[in-house]
Amino acid sequence: MRGVWAIARKDFQSELRSKEAINASVSFALVILLIFSFAFEPTADETRAIAGGLLWIAFAFAGALILNRSFARELQNDCLDAVIASPIAGWELFLGKALASFLLLLVVELICFPVFSIFYGVNLTKAFWPLLLVLILGTWALTALGVTFAALTVNIRLRELMLPLLLYPALSPALMASMTLTTSLLTAGVFGANDQPWLRLLVGFDVIFTALALALIEFVLVL
Amino acid sequence: MSPASEAVLASDVWKFHGDFPALRGVSLRTERGTCLALLGRNGAGKTTLLRILAGLSAPSRGDVRILGTAPRLPVTRRRAGYLGHGIGIYDELTARENLLHFARLYGVENKEAAASKWLERVDLKRVEDGRVREFSRGMRQRLAIARAFVHEPDVLLLDEPFTSLDDRAIHLLQNLLREAFARGCTAVLSTHQLREALELATNVALLDRGKLKFAGPRTQAMLDLPPSIYFETETEG
Repeated sequence: MRGVWAIARKDFQSELRSKEAINASVSFALVILLIFSFAFEPTADETRAIAGGLLWIAFAFAGALILNRSFARELQNDCLDAVIASPIAGWELFLGKALASFLLLLVVELICFPVFSIFYGVNLTKAFWPLLLVLILGTWALTALGVTFAALTVNIRLRELMLPLLLYPALSPALMASMTLTTSLLTAGVFGANDQPWLRLLVGFDVIFTALALALIEFVLVL
Repeated sequence: MSPASEAVLASDVWKFHGDFPALRGVSLRTERGTCLALLGRNGAGKTTLLRILAGLSAPSRGDVRILGTAPRLPVTRRRAGYLGHGIGIYDELTARENLLHFARLYGVENKEAAASKWLERVDLKRVEDGRVREFSRGMRQRLAIARAFVHEPDVLLLDEPFTSLDDRAIHLLQNLLREAFARGCTAVLSTHQLREALELATNVALLDRGKLKFAGPRTQAMLDLPPSIYFETETEG
């Protein structure tokens, strides 16, 4: 695990210094939420019914900016070669990158939550803990898949375009689950009986794609 | 089982980029404590071979051993140091943070002491808390050298290490390499700067279009030959 902490620490430290990805991501997410608030009548019940969808669309789009940087950050000065030549395992590199991206995404989401609450007149406190659970599970799904595809596309010139093209279709089951569960919590305040399969799907997605990424990352990085 | 006597062993290594053979059956053997200068023109396959030796790329065919083990094994990589075309250091971090980061990745026991020692060796101690993005080119190069040495490797794989180094950095690198050889370290270095490389090398290998044309000990006569002799090869056909 030594490599995991070293990579996560370095990525987090680099990002906090440059603030390149996090500034872009927060601004983008807030702009999306603002534009949607113009497009829909924010206080209407129908809007609340699609609130989970709006929130996760903002998170997914803004998240791509952070995920793109996770491996692109290593291209400067050929740092990726220096890291791959070091004795850390591929899975340690993946987990370190994923952990840093996950924390950065959570920061973006936690900044967006109160803004969303104000724009759309939604009370987030009545289902805060279940919402946090969905947020963590959904964000990990976005991170696990996003960091894997970021590694796959890091040497492609159009990586900023390729990452979303690969990520969003593959992420759609997890996104649908997160959207449905978030909407359910924002309208009813608790998980309903119909939500259990979505919750199981989200957990299953996280486990399967994390395991796949851990197993395949070495082959992705060293060809 | 006794440890392998050769530090670097490449057996019939082929590498294809698509249909193009970048390496064509290269076999090399470097004994411990020696320095192999890998010579050849641009596109001869020097970088491809070094990347395979460093475990950054897998051979399409053939086998590679570093200190008797496969290059991708963590135990092998812990004992090898790689300096490629890029300097491999982070602009947002300070000089000390960069060395500490790589010391952590290599599992160096006393990271702080190792970072201080190498900052001192490359004469960057006084700017250790300065961010690399503010460094001059020469300072960045010296930090890259410290990064490659911070875990005191047993095998050094250096891809054109003298290119774009100023005189001071060339002198520093030569001294550090001589010290490393004195403690039994092995080096494989590719280069166009023949004078600097041949002064250090005990062996020479010449690659041409992916094929090994010559491999043998470096002789005094080689130092006296004009550099062009190493890069002029017969045309096929």
